[in-house]
Amino acid sequence: MLYSEKVMDHLAHPRNVGQMEDADAIGEVGNMKCGDIMKIYLKIDENEVIQDVKFQTFGCGAAVATSSMATEMIKGKTVEEAMKLTNAAVAEALDGLPPVKMHCSVLAEEAVKSALEDYYKRQGKDPADYMAPVSGHCEDCCQQQEG
Amino acid sequence: MTVYADNAATTQIAPQVLEAMLPYLKEQYGNPSTLYRLGRESKIAIEKARSQVAQAIDAREEEIFFTGSGTESDNMALKGVLYGPAAKGKKGLITTKMEHHAILHTAQALEKEGFQVAFLDVDSQGLVDLEQLKEAIGPDTALVSIMAANNEVGSIQPLEEIGAICRERGVLFHTDAVQAFGHIPIDVNKMNIDLLSLSAHKINGPKGAGALYIRKGLSLRPVIEGGGQERNRRSGTENVAGIVGLGAAAQLAMKTMAEESVRLEKLAHKLTEGVLRIPETILTGHPTQRLPGACSFAISAIEGESLVLYLDMEGICASTGSACSTGSLDPSHVLTAIGLSHEVAHGSLRLTLGRFNTEEDVDTILEKLPQVVDRLRAMSPVWNRK
Repeated sequence: MLYSEKVMDHLAHPRNVGQMEDADAIGEVGNMKCGDIMKIYLKIDENEVIQDVKFQTFGCGAAVATSSMATEMIKGKTVEEAMKLTNAAVAEALDGLPPVKMHCSVLAEEAVKSALEDYYKRQGKDPADYMAPVSGHCEDCCQQQEG
Repeated sequence: MTVYADNAATTQIAPQVLEAMLPYLKEQYGNPSTLYRLGRESKIAIEKARSQVAQAIDAREEEIFFTGSGTESDNMALKGVLYGPAAKGKKGLITTKMEHHAILHTAQALEKEGFQVAFLDVDSQGLVDLEQLKEAIGPDTALVSIMAANNEVGSIQPLEEIGAICRERGVLFHTDAVQAFGHIPIDVNKMNIDLLSLSAHKINGPKGAGALYIRKGLSLRPVIEGGGQERNRRSGTENVAGIVGLGAAAQLAMKTMAEESVRLEKLAHKLTEGVLRIPETILTGHPTQRLPGACSFAISAIEGESLVLYLDMEGICASTGSACSTGSLDPSHVLTAIGLSHEVAHGSLRLTLGRFNTEEDVDTILEKLPQVVDRLRAMSPVWNRK
């Protein structure tokens, strides 16, 4: 199993790592049993542009790299644009992931969407009116395994 | 500079081993099965290696059969016994849950074919329960296969006691000694071992060379059929250079075992003490009954694959049994067998020291590892959450 140069670069130098005191939205997905958890913080201005992003991830190389890449891909974008982020796009931006690691990229997409859901709730809006479907749920992997 | 701390995965070839092999990769290329001098010399070299391996485990030369790997030896032992006359028609195999995949997957394949396979539990320190073994042995048990020492957590099984139980109950005892051979004393007679797998590349020999010890008088069905090499037990033109390397490595290991094990235990002790100073870190496996250079840990709130990749960036080669490293979603079966939860097993780290490691290597690891753990924990949403 080989990671691309880009994956290794994002793993060695993850972008936007950290926490955010005054975040406008926070998302957290995954669980300890599965072995990956991503927490993402968004700073969103009045024009619904994502001004800043921070993340924390517990997980393998692919989980850290996709987290980092996802934050870069949504930074400076509108909330509506960020909603269109898919795990496939994140993986592609990293020049691909090994097949056994594709499921890790779902974590990043799910985390972004979880934060956007939080944003709409905080705005007093019904997230259901705005949410795009997620490509999968990180936790499904573990549950499939158990079943 | 690279610090190689993954000697349980493989080892560097020792200079004297390489030196012994080189003629058989150059001018001494004769096929050992031929009649002329060039071939006879290859045959003589193989027989010398056979003697070196036999001496290392107190076996007779005619009880050593060369193979292409430890995995092949394991397959040959299990399938050879159960398919062959040695089983005397019995269809039962007893092994453990913490065996190497070479045994585990072979046993599972045999189970699918209709053989009865029992997988014994191991305790939290990675040892088999001798009472459970005694209970598991039944009238249809042909073979017990229990590894000598574990590759992930280093725990050493009580081979002599296991051998005594098997002998008393009249069942054959095979041990996968790939990790243990050349590192701890093994005596097939004293320990009542009927079959034993070993490999060259774990003891500063080449990859692609292994052997199976088969007690005289046992008749196994060959797994590889062909031209009848290795007295019909394992056909295929011999890997002469590899076999010579195995013999030389076995000889070197035996010559230096006493001092090397003391030296490695000292280094491993220093490494273990240092690593355990990292908060929320535990030792996995047995605290004392373990291979001399083997250290294994679980570090909380970080994930093993990331840890290994970060250590690699610092020039340190290590390994992990975390789920993400296995390419599946489950942590290694060994860590599960010793009772680690998924949560704990995700942070597994294995550091295994060998012949060419120095105290400076240990110091480098103890300098870099805590920094890497700090970096990963700073990134981890679950660190300091309580």
